[in-house]
Amino acid sequence: MAVPERATLLWLFRTMATIRAFEERHMQEVNAGKPIGGGHSSIGEEAVPSGVCAHLTDRDFVASTHRGHGHCIAKGVDVKGMMAELLGRSTGVCRGKGGSMHIADVSKGMLGANGVVGSNLPLATGAGLTAKLRGQGQVSVSFFGDGASNQGTFHESLNLAAIWKLPVVYVCENNMYAESTPVEYSTSVKDIAQRAASYDIPGVIADGMDVLDVYEKAGRAVERARRGEGPTLLECKTYRYFGHFLADDPHRYRTKEEEDGYRARDAIATFKKRAVEGKWLTAQEMEAEEKQAYSLMEEAVRFAEDSPPPSLDDLLTDVYVSYPRSKA
Amino acid sequence: MTTTTATRQITYGEAEREALREEMRRDPNVIIMGEDIAGAAGRPGFTDAWGGPFGSTKGLIQEFGAERVRDTPISEAGFIGAAVGAAATGMRPVADLMFIDFIGCCLDQIMNNAAKMRYMFGGKSRMPLTIMTRIGAGVGSAAQHSETLYSMLTHLPGLKVVAPSDAYTAKGLLISAIRDDDPVIVCDHKRLLGRRGPVPEEAYTWPIGKARVLKPGKDVTLVGISLMTGVCLDAAAALAKEGVDAEVIDLLSLSPLDDEAILTSVKKTQRLVVVDEDTPRCSLATDIAALVADEAFDYLAAPVKRITAPHTPVPFSRVLEQAYIPNAQRVVDTVKGIMG
Repeated sequence: MAVPERATLLWLFRTMATIRAFEERHMQEVNAGKPIGGGHSSIGEEAVPSGVCAHLTDRDFVASTHRGHGHCIAKGVDVKGMMAELLGRSTGVCRGKGGSMHIADVSKGMLGANGVVGSNLPLATGAGLTAKLRGQGQVSVSFFGDGASNQGTFHESLNLAAIWKLPVVYVCENNMYAESTPVEYSTSVKDIAQRAASYDIPGVIADGMDVLDVYEKAGRAVERARRGEGPTLLECKTYRYFGHFLADDPHRYRTKEEEDGYRARDAIATFKKRAVEGKWLTAQEMEAEEKQAYSLMEEAVRFAEDSPPPSLDDLLTDVYVSYPRSKA
Repeated sequence: MTTTTATRQITYGEAEREALREEMRRDPNVIIMGEDIAGAAGRPGFTDAWGGPFGSTKGLIQEFGAERVRDTPISEAGFIGAAVGAAATGMRPVADLMFIDFIGCCLDQIMNNAAKMRYMFGGKSRMPLTIMTRIGAGVGSAAQHSETLYSMLTHLPGLKVVAPSDAYTAKGLLISAIRDDDPVIVCDHKRLLGRRGPVPEEAYTWPIGKARVLKPGKDVTLVGISLMTGVCLDAAAALAKEGVDAEVIDLLSLSPLDDEAILTSVKKTQRLVVVDEDTPRCSLATDIAALVADEAFDYLAAPVKRITAPHTPVPFSRVLEQAYIPNAQRVVDTVKGIMG
């Protein structure tokens, strides 16, 4: 495997570190009772959005899941606006009307987290149709979990994208659990990538704890899409360190030993070690990046807390384009 | 303009095809996608086999090609959802849902994505999506191809729902729907598709949110929707012979609702009969009755009456199906019962 260039390595590390810092800070704020509604932590899965979105620009599209903070950050959504959104403030990226599960920034090609498992795959497919019709080499990415691969929308979307040769990369973040249900119970195949065979498209497995493996395989899929050769199913084997939602105790359905096994392969720690050993980046510069990420979160929380909540008038706005206010 | 001075007569289906053609010429972002909208997709030697399940899109593929007139597999969640995604990213898609009964296959995409995205994203997105679909009983298609169901959709904030009643409003409303930046569901009654009426050749719009008074009257307001507007007109003609002067409102927009048109009329006539082919519980007819009870109660000289389908699925047998659908006689009898 060719090692990416230095700027890419630094971006990958910074993105993973920022996602981790964001998720940790969000969890801390939730535990302090600040954001309403909790959220779904993606700690442990940082390598996947980072490795995939490294290949995308603002003109490309991403459709995300309930566990979507990492996808937003990797797609370049403003972290302060994200934190303000989670705290329900008017300065949030969705003006406080979406929250964690609908966080979005269409101007960055981020078509939204989505609260319905499997619901984003047709959206990403449609964004792929836009890209194809425009013919400007844009690509669309759907992130989804192992659970979503059992929804009809997964199968319908892969079929559509295959027959229409749409520039879509379907990235399955297989973290082994759909809520509390283990993947080996819920899913008829050992590897979700096998399902690509049904649609005669490439099905690729990446180590979702290894950002460079994700980066390399996503790169091939994105290039294939940009060349107009059609979709790819990229399964990234990963792990969420925490429960399905923040208040969920995962030890009701999995062992601590299993968690420790994944934590020992932590994507950020592993990358750091390899980067130092390979002399790609120095320990000091990576530590500086991490420090920077945590201080960015400090700034983001301050920004959010200093921001006003939405005005009550906002209850009725944004329902329709053509009606400034919907009916009370 | 509540009607037209045009003299050229074409069918409702042809009027819709004309609307699609004119909008596709006008805006390269307009695409149409659905099952069999051309037909025989990709098969050498065959093209435009169906031109839509009801022929409404016949000929479009020749002019605009298979990229913009896009046959889909039978995959409603997939292709309706893809239309939502295409609309969110700058296209202006028209998705054809063959029958409204099939909405169960794709409701999540409509309800959770198309209808809510703008609100969830704080007003930072647009959803210029049109879904054309067929409603209504009377053609022997039984319970899964004959529902009216639009009341289910009017319940959802973020969606607009329209139901043309003739060729003229079919073209004007479809053009409005396509040009609209919000998601619009266009409900076409199967039994209207072949009916002819005067339609101007040029493009024009019928504003979404506007009802029209088709026949002024002073004694009772009849509100009709889709095919039921014709039923109201027939009833009004019969009532006229008996000295009752009915006003007929053609609702056209189901969401948003033209509250003003209904209230203005009821305040004048003091009586209201809503004629709706949908089932009655939590329905448009019930909603209109509630609106009038809330806002015009003091004007009423008689109870508001709803003439709807029964709270049953659509039956198959012709005799049962005819009994299911509201008809002019029921309207006449009901009006007589409240004239006092």
